[in-house]
Amino acid sequence: MKYNSVFDIIGPVMIGPSSSHTAGAARIGKAARNLFGQEPTWAKIHLYESFAKTYKGHGTDFALVGGLLGYEADDKRISKSLETAKERNITVEFIEDSAAVNHPNTARLIIGNASGSLELVGISIGGGKVEITELNGFDLRLSGNHPAILIMHNDRFGAIASVTRILAKYEINIGHMEVNRKDVGKEALMVIEVDQNVEDAVLKELESADHIVRIAKIDS
Amino acid sequence: MFRTVKELVELAETEGIQLSEVMIRQEMDVKNKSREEIYEEMEKNLQVMEKAIEDALEGVQSVTGLTGGDAVLIQKYMKEKNPLSGNLMLDAVSKAMGTNEVNAAMGTICATPTAGSAGCVPGALFAVKEQLNPTREQMIRFLFTAGAFGFVVANNAFISGAAGGCQAEVGSAGAMAAAAIVEMAGGTPQQSSDAFAMTLKNMLGLVCDPVAGLVEVPCVKRNAAGSSLAIVSADMALAGVTSRIPCDEVIGAMYRIGKQMPSSLRETGEGGLADTPTGRLLKEKIFGMSV
Repeated sequence: MKYNSVFDIIGPVMIGPSSSHTAGAARIGKAARNLFGQEPTWAKIHLYESFAKTYKGHGTDFALVGGLLGYEADDKRISKSLETAKERNITVEFIEDSAAVNHPNTARLIIGNASGSLELVGISIGGGKVEITELNGFDLRLSGNHPAILIMHNDRFGAIASVTRILAKYEINIGHMEVNRKDVGKEALMVIEVDQNVEDAVLKELESADHIVRIAKIDS
Repeated sequence: MFRTVKELVELAETEGIQLSEVMIRQEMDVKNKSREEIYEEMEKNLQVMEKAIEDALEGVQSVTGLTGGDAVLIQKYMKEKNPLSGNLMLDAVSKAMGTNEVNAAMGTICATPTAGSAGCVPGALFAVKEQLNPTREQMIRFLFTAGAFGFVVANNAFISGAAGGCQAEVGSAGAMAAAAIVEMAGGTPQQSSDAFAMTLKNMLGLVCDPVAGLVEVPCVKRNAAGSSLAIVSADMALAGVTSRIPCDEVIGAMYRIGKQMPSSLRETGEGGLADTPTGRLLKEKIFGMSV
């Protein structure tokens, strides 16, 4: 089931005007920032279908950027986020993309700074709820109903075991897990859905595990 | 966990509890939280709704100037004249529109189930409140009942205009309000289900065609329709009128109709009212570009 809580329906509390185009967009931006792990200095944002046609009217542009700045959907600073980004010297470019997509409210965010970049596709499925469907070229199937840990790692033996050993030590149960790689021995992604939110201490330890490149978590 | 309205109603009937109670127990179970924690979270939403209505009745205006002030106009009319549709009905209309005026003015609202349709449920709630004099707990329960029905729609169809048109937004929101009014007024779970079905049936096919892509025209006034239809449907159900087509089948019909809608009528701002001479002119004025 896509929605599992009554507060997905009655809620979220948010700044208007649109739950999918404003609140959802802010959450996609925030997810990108969290996964990138730092503030980007530039962002190229591709918008598709309904997002592309109405982003100005709905404030999708400032909501996405607000998310990139780290704001939540009910943060009153959201409406000024484009100006704030400019003040902080973050270059933002919006591209109305006519490519075919599976969901009418789709955004592709490519963000980065001097030390690296990240590409993420998010969809806003209604009522402020979002799904992240792609990360750095990897397809994701996250239900969003449970906290998740995303682990970019090098495709080497022992990488997965080193992660699961740490989770086991902290008695964190895995509900769903996927491993994907670009090619043998190349960049790979572990997606782990767990039953409880993961403490920062656990993340720190995971980061220092064998063959791990970068870690991010998504709270449910 | 219930997946359909039929299952929701059956759970309430077998246990001899209200629909709101089914939703509350499920939420406690899924989130592993206490009743107090869940009540508290819903109380916060209720306060946001209350505050939005207060703000609206003092008068708000959107940045574009397209919407705002109508909630105040209606309240004034209610005081000075004798409204044909009655005070309770117009109060709901005024508060539903007001909530959406606040939304359009980028104020703080609670999405129910979306921002564009955020007026229907609170509009109906704060109008029937004047007649039914509910306790605070009953008002919180109203939101759980509305949420239970929205939960079924969201999981079996859609609640966003971009996915399924305005029938998915204001249609769902009005229907959720109708079901919740029935429970607050002392009706049965089945009557809630009938009220929901009768509201949504009358919203089927409603397209999402926002002028200039803004959540203003016609969204604010469609919230008036959603909340008033909710009250009418609740009264019909309480009178014993039933829906010939079962509630879940109405939701299924809404889903299939939404799937058949062209994208021009699903929140792209390209068809319907957005594509009228005046709609196009307004867009040009606001954004300085032609459609």
